Amino acid sequence: MKIKKLILFLLIVAIVISAAFVSLRGIEIGKLKVTRIKDSIDLGLDLAGGVYVTLEAETDLQGAELQKTMDQAIIVINRRIDGLGVAEPNIVKEGSKRIGIELAGVDNPQEAIDMIGKTAQLQFIDPDGKEVVSGKNIKVSEARFQKTDFGETPVVALEFDKDGSKKFAEATRELSVKEIPEDKIIYIVLDGEIISAPIVEETISDGKGVISGEFTIEEASGLANLIRAGALPVEMKTLQSRSIGPSLGLEAYERSIKAGGIAILIIFLFMLIYYKIPGMVADIGLAIYTLIVLYSMKLLGVKLTLPGIAGLILSIGMAVDANVLIFERIKEEMRNGKSIRASIDHGFKRALASVLDSNITTLIAGVVLYYFGIGPIKGFGVTLILGIIASMITSVFITKYLLRLTIDMIDTHNTRLYGA
Amino acid sequence: MNIIKKRKIFYGISLIIIIVGLIMMGTRGLNYGIDFVGGTSLQIKIGKALTVEQAREIMDKFDKEASIIHVGNARDEIIIKSNKDFSNNEIDDIVNEFVDEFDIEQKEFQSEKFESTMGDEIKRKALISSLIAAFGMLIYITWRFRLNFAVAAIIALLHDILIMLSVYAIFGIPANSAFIAAILTILGYSINDTIVIFDRIREESRINSKRSIEDIINHSIKKSLARTINTSLTTLIAVVVLYIIGVEAVKVLALPLIFGIIAGTYSSLFIASPIWWRLEGR
Repeated sequence: MKIKKLILFLLIVAIVISAAFVSLRGIEIGKLKVTRIKDSIDLGLDLAGGVYVTLEAETDLQGAELQKTMDQAIIVINRRIDGLGVAEPNIVKEGSKRIGIELAGVDNPQEAIDMIGKTAQLQFIDPDGKEVVSGKNIKVSEARFQKTDFGETPVVALEFDKDGSKKFAEATRELSVKEIPEDKIIYIVLDGEIISAPIVEETISDGKGVISGEFTIEEASGLANLIRAGALPVEMKTLQSRSIGPSLGLEAYERSIKAGGIAILIIFLFMLIYYKIPGMVADIGLAIYTLIVLYSMKLLGVKLTLPGIAGLILSIGMAVDANVLIFERIKEEMRNGKSIRASIDHGFKRALASVLDSNITTLIAGVVLYYFGIGPIKGFGVTLILGIIASMITSVFITKYLLRLTIDMIDTHNTRLYGA
Repeated sequence: MNIIKKRKIFYGISLIIIIVGLIMMGTRGLNYGIDFVGGTSLQIKIGKALTVEQAREIMDKFDKEASIIHVGNARDEIIIKSNKDFSNNEIDDIVNEFVDEFDIEQKEFQSEKFESTMGDEIKRKALISSLIAAFGMLIYITWRFRLNFAVAAIIALLHDILIMLSVYAIFGIPANSAFIAAILTILGYSINDTIVIFDRIREESRINSKRSIEDIINHSIKKSLARTINTSLTTLIAVVVLYIIGVEAVKVLALPLIFGIIAGTYSSLFIASPIWWRLEGR
């Protein structure tokens, strides 16, 4: 009987240790490959590096009209980001007037921020200030090299739609016959700023135009992308923007992992020294707890952020709480002269109400934090909620089971081994 | 240990901190972080040690008022905080100045920009969330215990928040959105501690209804003491380690948590029960 229980106990310990080992180091057996949790969990922008922007529409529109405008804006932003070639952009509407954009792994974050928020209202204006064609009339827009007197220079080549071609042909015909050069200029204006002012020498009837300026090829292709994606239906103000270089994010991640590791180690030692056998059981429980939280984050696709890591480490500290509560109760029962077995049963029973009540009140705070939290605070709320649930499960079920197992296994009356 | 008898001392300690804090808040105001007042934060990895003066020289061209601090033990990384809303071009210019000055090979920086309107919104949201959380707890505790327990627990929470605000006001630590997150977390943490003690009081009064409330309280706190200290200790260890090792973004979260955990433990032991005792009409 005793041997059986001992084997069972050791088996559980072995499973927990190997699971922890796999999660730390990863494993590869034949075709089965498990990457370590550190590399397989989704990272938030603050750890992976990238861009975060919150835009707010400057408009008085309301209700269905606002909704429509915002939907259009999101489509335009989506197109722009497609043009940037970012994998898995995250674009969400926040509230009624805001759009939150997350881009991971952008080479030039500042440029991306600039580009996303631009209204990009493109207009071709004649010298009288009349709009000839606008960005809406453009079918194709791409960066190209064009031969000029100064060699090959990058330009943006445009192609108008039918309506645009007609209007453009008319305007250029009128302008080309004018005498004074100033009257022959067609201004290409982006968001109220003249980006090019070519002189029209002949009628352009093929519906093609070129914006030349002193562009680098990057600038030309950025501009081409903006024009292609179209103008935002409303002006957007950048409320908040954040850009994190990839290696700074990585450094933050490494350091947080180190902090977490050290914190866990100290807590483990503390529990072991202070509570002896129950402490060891609690440590096994904590290891299981940590694995549950990490893997459920992975399964739920929760992104790990810096505040999330802080929440996780805090929750490990708090997870100890349920165990401490129970163990203190067990100690008390033992001091009252009960046997170890009876003390464990009674201790668990009597601690249960307080474990439940205290954790549920904390859970209330966690849910509110998640529900009303903004940005990173939300991430903190998620880990806190997951942590509390996992901690209740491990302390109420797993620790109790393991603790019972230890009495069956060693059959001692030495209450000191149980921390009394 | 007679908590009830010495309650005035415990109240006094808290009151002094809170009053000084409130005075500081009234006169100097809280030192709000740039995510509240609006501005730009820029973190640049230089890759070699530099002095704040060197960085200041460069920054003077852009903003003479900017605050510059080191991060990292090697003093090779700086965070610049300015109340100015730098354009992305200006940010690029600043970074490039540093790149040129210090021959940085790999440009590595992160920037954050905030509009001041966000600050008011965060504050408003935080206030609403705290009220909702407090209301939820009030209902739950009233249901599981009784109204007086719930009220006492909420007052203890208010105490914790006031202490955290006071510490920030007294030392002029920048209060930012991480600080708000910490306050909300402490709401959850401290209530946990308080409930454990109240649970004990509830149990003790069931077992022995003849004893005086004062006795029951003192006895319950004594019995919960080891647990309260051990839990606070393990949590505190975790947070202190985070503070020491963590990066700046983690430090700003860990620091208020340290104050909050201490305040929360203190209020659970020395404030919540005496207030409940008072509410019970003693």
